[in-house]
Amino acid sequence: MSLNIAAKEVKPLRTNFGYTARRVGENKPASRYQEAVYDIQPTCNFHYPPSWEPDKMLFDASRTAIVMQDWYSFTDPRQYYYTTYVAARAKQQEVMDSNFELIEKRNLLQGVPAAVLQQIREVLIPLRHLEYGANMNNQDICDRGYGTTITSLASFNGFDRIGMAQYLSRIALLLDENEETTLLAAKTAWLDAPVWQPLRHAMEDTFVLDDWFEIMVAQNIVLDGLIYPLVYERFIPALTAQGGGTFLMLTQFMNEWYGETVRWTNQLMKVTAAESPANAELLSAWTSQWVARLEQAVLPLAQLAFGENAAAQQVAEVKQELLARLAKQGIKV
Amino acid sequence: MSDGKVFMIFQDTADARPFIEALTQENPAATIIHQPGMIRFEAMGEIGITRAVVEELAGRDVDLQELHLTLISLSGNIDEDDDYFRITRH
Amino acid sequence: MAKKLNMRKRYELLTRGLGWEPTYQSKEKVFSNESYEGIKITDWSKWEDPFRLTIDAYWKYQAEKDKKLYAVMDSFAQNNAHLNLADATYVNALKLFIQGVTPLEYQAHRGFARLARQFSGEGAQIACQMQSLDELRHTQTQIHTISHYNKHFNGMHDPFHMHDRVWYLSVPKSYFDDAKSAGPFEFITSVSFAFEYLLTNLLFVPFMSGAAFNGDMATVTFGFSAQSDESRHMTLGLELIKFLLEQHEDNIPIVQGWIDKHFWRAYRVLALVSAMQDYMLPESPMSWKEAWEIYFVENAGALFNDLARYGLRMPKYHEQATAEAEHLSHQVWGTLYNYAHAASMHFWLPDEKKMDWLSEKYPNTFDKYYRPRYEMWAQMAKEGKRFQNGGLPQLCQVCQVPMLFTEVSKDDPMQISYRSSEFNGEKFHTCSDGCKDIFDHEPEKYVHAWLPVHQIFQGNCGGAAIPDILNWYHFKPEDGGDYAGSADETRWKAMHGETTGAASSDTESAEEKAAA
Repeated sequence: MSLNIAAKEVKPLRTNFGYTARRVGENKPASRYQEAVYDIQPTCNFHYPPSWEPDKMLFDASRTAIVMQDWYSFTDPRQYYYTTYVAARAKQQEVMDSNFELIEKRNLLQGVPAAVLQQIREVLIPLRHLEYGANMNNQDICDRGYGTTITSLASFNGFDRIGMAQYLSRIALLLDENEETTLLAAKTAWLDAPVWQPLRHAMEDTFVLDDWFEIMVAQNIVLDGLIYPLVYERFIPALTAQGGGTFLMLTQFMNEWYGETVRWTNQLMKVTAAESPANAELLSAWTSQWVARLEQAVLPLAQLAFGENAAAQQVAEVKQELLARLAKQGIKV
Repeated sequence: MSDGKVFMIFQDTADARPFIEALTQENPAATIIHQPGMIRFEAMGEIGITRAVVEELAGRDVDLQELHLTLISLSGNIDEDDDYFRITRH
Repeated sequence: MAKKLNMRKRYELLTRGLGWEPTYQSKEKVFSNESYEGIKITDWSKWEDPFRLTIDAYWKYQAEKDKKLYAVMDSFAQNNAHLNLADATYVNALKLFIQGVTPLEYQAHRGFARLARQFSGEGAQIACQMQSLDELRHTQTQIHTISHYNKHFNGMHDPFHMHDRVWYLSVPKSYFDDAKSAGPFEFITSVSFAFEYLLTNLLFVPFMSGAAFNGDMATVTFGFSAQSDESRHMTLGLELIKFLLEQHEDNIPIVQGWIDKHFWRAYRVLALVSAMQDYMLPESPMSWKEAWEIYFVENAGALFNDLARYGLRMPKYHEQATAEAEHLSHQVWGTLYNYAHAASMHFWLPDEKKMDWLSEKYPNTFDKYYRPRYEMWAQMAKEGKRFQNGGLPQLCQVCQVPMLFTEVSKDDPMQISYRSSEFNGEKFHTCSDGCKDIFDHEPEKYVHAWLPVHQIFQGNCGGAAIPDILNWYHFKPEDGGDYAGSADETRWKAMHGETTGAASSDTESAEEKAAA
């Protein structure tokens, strides 16, 4: 069929969906990100009260004490919707795959001193359980949170944690030539060893928090803000000097992931705090409460990673970095 | 083997070709139905493919999980491993 | 040299022992939703995910799928490929899709996040979060595909606003609200098993194949691409059912009850799909009845033969659904035609060619019951007395479809079927034994239903007059009514370089186009 374009009506009737036009204007085309997230969550006229929480509606902004005029004030600076999210991760996983392959093929772990391997087994591998807990918390935010710009990135974030737990499992399998010795030992340590108990205890306390935004703060801002810099920015790079440089490659994903995550957590804190003094106060109360709890909880881990003497200093430094970063977003502790 | 029907439906695209051909080759008793945009294989009791056959047809290494890229639907119990993908009725 | 791991073992080791075993907080508090429905799980580790997709493989394959999908979408938009549709009437199916289906995908996304938080076994937990993500994918790819159509046709401009308010959209919305307000095991039985395993093939396979047949390459691509995730979801549904039945015999009657309920509930939602399949596809490769035979009767029959050894039987009233397949699409289409003035899409009477096709596909019913009705309405329209229902319909308290279903299984297909129940001294109306059973089982739940007609009468929908209500829905005058003479029709002709002629010549020219 040949079309004579000149004779045809091909001029669009409208530029946008109504729900994006109300946000970006009638004539400015909305981006795919905006189409994919703005106002797509149901907001009213629900049919039945949830059996799991009969005093609330199915989607209900009152599941947090944070109050927003507009729950879409926050947008993800990365502009992730499903496709851009999986595309970014697919690229990263390809790099990780070739890292694992290279290390396996060239037997690069053979030259690593036993002491370094032992440190990896004790410090790094049990973190797969911590990631799993972080996953649960983020699924919870996706479930009970409000506004797709927030809930969809909690969904991505949670999924990433399982991905990282699986990468940590792969490292364990690489160490053991596909035996599960380290995996089992790490689980036992996680459940029983004193070093992990304050963290595990704190995680379980976050699981039962009613306010999903408090979970956001405790998990994605404070706990990650201590653990990631300690482990992936300090502990792993320090192993290089001891002959453990390969682990930089094996944890490249985690390191990049945290750098990326900070971009949206900063933005979320900034927008939420700027909304009202009440929000800012709440955020800073949650932050100081969880910083106080979690800096204690990560200390035994820091001792294991950096030694008795250096641990307190390391924790103090990452805490300062975190508080300085949050101060820039308007959250004073 | 039961007489329950199983089916697999693939997109009718070039990427699906090695899987479609492997299904045709390995399940001579299956009925093949062409519909707009899709190809449906149905059989009684079981239907399946093996990796070696798909690789032979594709002329390269194939991970059978690639079939998710072009599979539209299926019915039956899945039995999957590195070297085969089968759908059965008990 | 490291020992080689097969897929099963590798998958198992990667997630080995991840399930959280709380000791500082009670298990009942951490997984607070897991037991209140009465489901007994003794050992989550017996759960096996047959697909064994690791997270990195998921990223890789899903990114690959989307790369292809968005390439089709982009080229569709660039080439204005909507011009190649068989006919613009087809676009009305997409209107129903984005208003009625896409928001459900979103609800599923959030619902599976709940399960991913509440299930304590890591195997099912991970499968649920994959599904949660997939459902977000479906929502967003559907928005992006239909975005192009929205630029060129009416009625698709505010789907999420409409979904929360519009009368006919309370049918799909209330179904999902029903599942989502239930506990996690009922939710997954409803969505993954009753809806996805038993019924979604009906929407995504024959309808999408029909989309391809009518020149809509963008929609068929997202449809088939979504359905490829769906095969994972159907498997999750099936495996979960088998798992629950194996875990404890006390689970069997609970699960059977949910299957009965949600089969019927989902089937009523699909009544809208039957009309899409038979009436909105200008060229239909398969009728609703044929699709029902293949994807329900055969498929579910084989499935329940498999499940019989667990003590499960076919869903209650499935015979009635099969008997109704001869009538369903015609009854729904007729009702929609009567309310075309209150919809954000167009309806029309089938032309001669379509009616001949329907006679052929429905030899027992179409000529006997439905052709005469359409011919009468066509005559009335010709005389300037277009038949329409000026009042507001009575809705079923459960499925919320207007009372349009008939006593097909009592061999009285022209008699509208009514049922009623009393609760707290009030009378509640339902459309069928299936819906009445559902109401009677949980009346305290269904009395809460946000019934659009009641809400209108109570003044909660923008006003008392139809234009006020339509305005509250965000409908524009050009969104609804008959296709003939609509703004869409005028544009479609302009798109093809024709000037608008008499409305009655439209169907002929569409046929000529399809033939060309």
